[in-house]
Amino acid sequence: MRALIARDLALAVRAGGGFGLGLAFFLIVVTLIPFGVGPETTLLTEIAPGILWIGALLACLLSLDRVFALDWEDGSLDLLATAPLPMEGIVTIKALAHWLTTGLPLVLAAPALGLLLSLPAPGYLWLFLSLLIGTPALSVIGTFGAALTVGLKRGGLLLSLLVLPLYVPTLIFGAEVARRGADGLAVETPLLMLAGLSFGTLALLPFASAAVLRVNLR
Amino acid sequence: MSLWEYANPVKFIRTTDRVLPWLAWLSAVCLAVGLIWGFFFTPDDFRQGSTVKIIYLHVPSALMAINGWLMMLVASLIWIVRRHHVSALAARAAAPVGATMTVIALATGAIWGQPMWGTYWAWDPRLTSFLILFLFYLGYMALWAAIENDDTAADLTSILCLVGSVFALLSRYAVNFWNQGLHQGASLSLDKEKNVADVFYFPLLVSIAGFVLLFIALVFLRTQTEIRARRMRALLARERMA
Repeated sequence: MRALIARDLALAVRAGGGFGLGLAFFLIVVTLIPFGVGPETTLLTEIAPGILWIGALLACLLSLDRVFALDWEDGSLDLLATAPLPMEGIVTIKALAHWLTTGLPLVLAAPALGLLLSLPAPGYLWLFLSLLIGTPALSVIGTFGAALTVGLKRGGLLLSLLVLPLYVPTLIFGAEVARRGADGLAVETPLLMLAGLSFGTLALLPFASAAVLRVNLR
Repeated sequence: MSLWEYANPVKFIRTTDRVLPWLAWLSAVCLAVGLIWGFFFTPDDFRQGSTVKIIYLHVPSALMAINGWLMMLVASLIWIVRRHHVSALAARAAAPVGATMTVIALATGAIWGQPMWGTYWAWDPRLTSFLILFLFYLGYMALWAAIENDDTAADLTSILCLVGSVFALLSRYAVNFWNQGLHQGASLSLDKEKNVADVFYFPLLVSIAGFVLLFIALVFLRTQTEIRARRMRALLARERMA
C-alpha cells in the first residue's frame, strides 16, 4: 500500500506527470473571472467564495482522467488487480494520491487566490477549512467517475457529464460554508454536513469504484 | 408460475405483445378523457385563471420522471443480483422516456411560472433537483451509448444508477438547505385530508393514470426493440462467423 502511494506520487511529481497543471488551471479560472464580470471589488467580494469553490472543483475534474488512464494503457492496472491488495484498497489509494497531488495544493493555494478576488478577512479560514474537508470527497467521487470511464477512448467529456452532477451536494455545502464564513455567520451546520459527506463518500464509494473497475478489467 | 419467468426474452415479448395494444389504447383513452375533461370542462381557478390547467400535464409528468428513475433503480438491482438481461434492457429502455418526462415537467413548469411567479426559472429546490435529475438521466444514457460490450455497459450503468440515486437524493435535500422554495407543497398525497378541490382532482387522477400507462407501454415497446436489436446483432455476428 505504501509502495503504491509512493509510486503514484513519484509519477505525478516527476516530469510529464502534470502535477502543477491543476493548480495553474485554478489560477487561470480565478484570473478570468474579473474579466468576465468586471473588476468592481464589492461584486468580487460577494462572489469570491463561490468562484473559488467552482475553480477548485473544475481543476479537480480536469485531472481525473489521469487517475487510471496511464496505468490502464501500460497494463500496470491489471498487475495491480492481481496483487494481494484488495481492489477497494487500490481505489482508495488512487483517490488519496489524487487528493495529495491535486486537492491539497488547491487547498493551500486557495487563500492566496482569495486575495485576488478580495475575499473579506474572516473568509480565509473558512474557505481553507471547507476546501480541506470537501476536496477529499471530490477526489473520491472523481475516482468513481474515472473508474467508470477507464476503458473508453474519449472518456473525458463523458467523465465530466457523469461526475459533475455527483459533485452538486459537495459544492452546495462547501460553498455555503465559505460564503457564511465570509459574511461572518454561523457555519456549523453546513460544515458538519460537508464533513459527513466527505466521510460518507470515503467510507462507501470505494466499494462502488472497485466493483466498476473489476467490471472494466474483466 | 413466478415473476422470473418473464426474464426469458421470448416469454417477455410474447406476453408484452399481448398486453401492449390494451395498454396503449387504455393510456390513449385515459389521456384523452383526462386532458379534455381537464382543459375544457373544469372551471378556471379564481386566482390563477386558466393557467391552472397545466397541472394536468405538469403533475403526472413530474410523477413519472421520478418513478421512472425508481423503476430503473429496481431493474438495475435485479440485473446486479440475478443477471436477467431483460431487466438491464428495461432499465436502458426507460431512461429516454424518463428524461422526456423530466423535460415535460420542467417545460410546463416554466410556462406556468412565467405568468404566475413572473419568471420562467427560479433556483428553487424542487426546480433545481429536477434539473439535476435530468442531468443524471443524460449521464446514464451517455454511458450506455459509449460502451460497446453489452454486459459491461449493463454492469457499469446499473452501478451508476445506484450511486446516482443516492446522490440525487442527497442533492434533493442539499438544495433544500441552500434555498427556500418558491414552489408550492405537494398538491396530492394519500394521507392528507385536503387535496386540490374535487373539480380538479378527478380529471387529474385520470390523466395521471394515462401517464402511468403511457410510461409502461413505452417501456415495454422499447424493451422489445432492444431485445430484437440485440438478437439481430447476434444473428449478424453468427453470419459473419460462418
